[in-house]
Amino acid sequence: MAEEVVLLDFWPSPFGMRSRIALAEKGIKYEHKEEDLRNKSALLLQMNPVHKKIPVLIHNGKPVCESLIQVQYIDEVWHDKAPLLPSDPYQKATARFWADYVDKKIYEVGGRVWKTKGEKQATAKKELIETLKLLEKELGDKPYFGGESLGYVDVAFIPFYSWFYALEKCGNFSIEAECPKLIAWAKRCMQKESVAKSLPDQQKVYDFILEMKKHFGIE
Amino acid sequence: MAGELVLLDFWPSPFGMRSRIALAEKGIPYEYREEDLRNKSDLLLQMNPVHKKIPVLIHNGKPVCESVIQVQYIDEVWHDKAPLIPSDPYQRAVARFWVDFIDKKIYELGSKIWKTKGEEQANAKKEFIECLKLLEGELGDKTYFGGESLGYVDVALVPFYSWFYAYEKCGDFSIEAECPKMIAWVKRCMQKESVAKSLPDQEKVYEFILQLKKVFGSE
Repeated sequence: MAEEVVLLDFWPSPFGMRSRIALAEKGIKYEHKEEDLRNKSALLLQMNPVHKKIPVLIHNGKPVCESLIQVQYIDEVWHDKAPLLPSDPYQKATARFWADYVDKKIYEVGGRVWKTKGEKQATAKKELIETLKLLEKELGDKPYFGGESLGYVDVAFIPFYSWFYALEKCGNFSIEAECPKLIAWAKRCMQKESVAKSLPDQQKVYDFILEMKKHFGIE
Repeated sequence: MAGELVLLDFWPSPFGMRSRIALAEKGIPYEYREEDLRNKSDLLLQMNPVHKKIPVLIHNGKPVCESVIQVQYIDEVWHDKAPLIPSDPYQRAVARFWVDFIDKKIYELGSKIWKTKGEEQANAKKEFIECLKLLEGELGDKTYFGGESLGYVDVALVPFYSWFYAYEKCGDFSIEAECPKMIAWVKRCMQKESVAKSLPDQEKVYEFILQLKKVFGSE
């Protein structure tokens, strides 16, 4: 099965990290291509003409866009190793619900934490903690959202951990103080090579956020 | 495999219509329960505590939330009849991409058309037509997005047809004039009983929108 797999990505993107983790979990060799989002490559524009965004997974020349669609695709094509989605339809629906919840909430609310100040930021911080607590509740006593092993929701969510330090610095609060179980889960995930190698250093992400704040004129 | 199936819904919701169509395509009997969204039932709040929204599909007492998750669940549980989602992983990824596109664009742009005026409305109309044209391109010469039979993308998109008349009246434009292929596809879908019985009358939807405009104070 000689395969050509390419991932068009941008190093701080939590969405790109999802696909990196899924590919690593399955032990799939691929070519990682870093995009400059201020100067998108012709390949990116050709492979994702609708949204022009990363990540784009290119499998034997054919593009798959949107990170959660990529993770499901990877899970279905390379189904014999490290399954990420449950096989039971109801458990699958539950996993999809929580991945959708992460998509609807974390990026946007997290974005408001570093982009705003004063009351808007206070509101965003409160919302973020509420969201994280709901996810903590869903995790319960399980080692991973996927149960005994990393699953779809873990892969969808853990990338945002690489942004936590930046959010904490910008918002002047501690996520661990509010959500210790969640941080325990994150550290458990980080012990896995597929995750550790797919997430950038938190300080590096913070430096990137500071650059973005300058660029957007946010103090 | 019958079990008890309940759909908590709201008659004008394009999202609820998706699940109605999927259930009808599979010939699955279910109990339809109309919700008053200004006075949500205890059952709804219990079954969807996170978002408190319809539709909610309750199968043997267990809730499935989010319309696209419901359609996939229905397709997986009742897999022996009228398959909606392709079996090939790549075709599946493509179908998921377009459903995601519809979710990201159509409802929000359509809402702007009836909620706003002047330049904001003009921009919304323009973008809306561009999105429909993109979807027309994806449809190509196929009978349905799913090929020879109704598929996942058809089920996700056709409900919005019941709102087209309202958009056209509010926005003073003709969708058919701009996107004749789309309307031709819609009419093909409407010949199917599962679709015709799941979509409300367009005039009724328009009257509903006029009521909402009064409530929101948009003239």
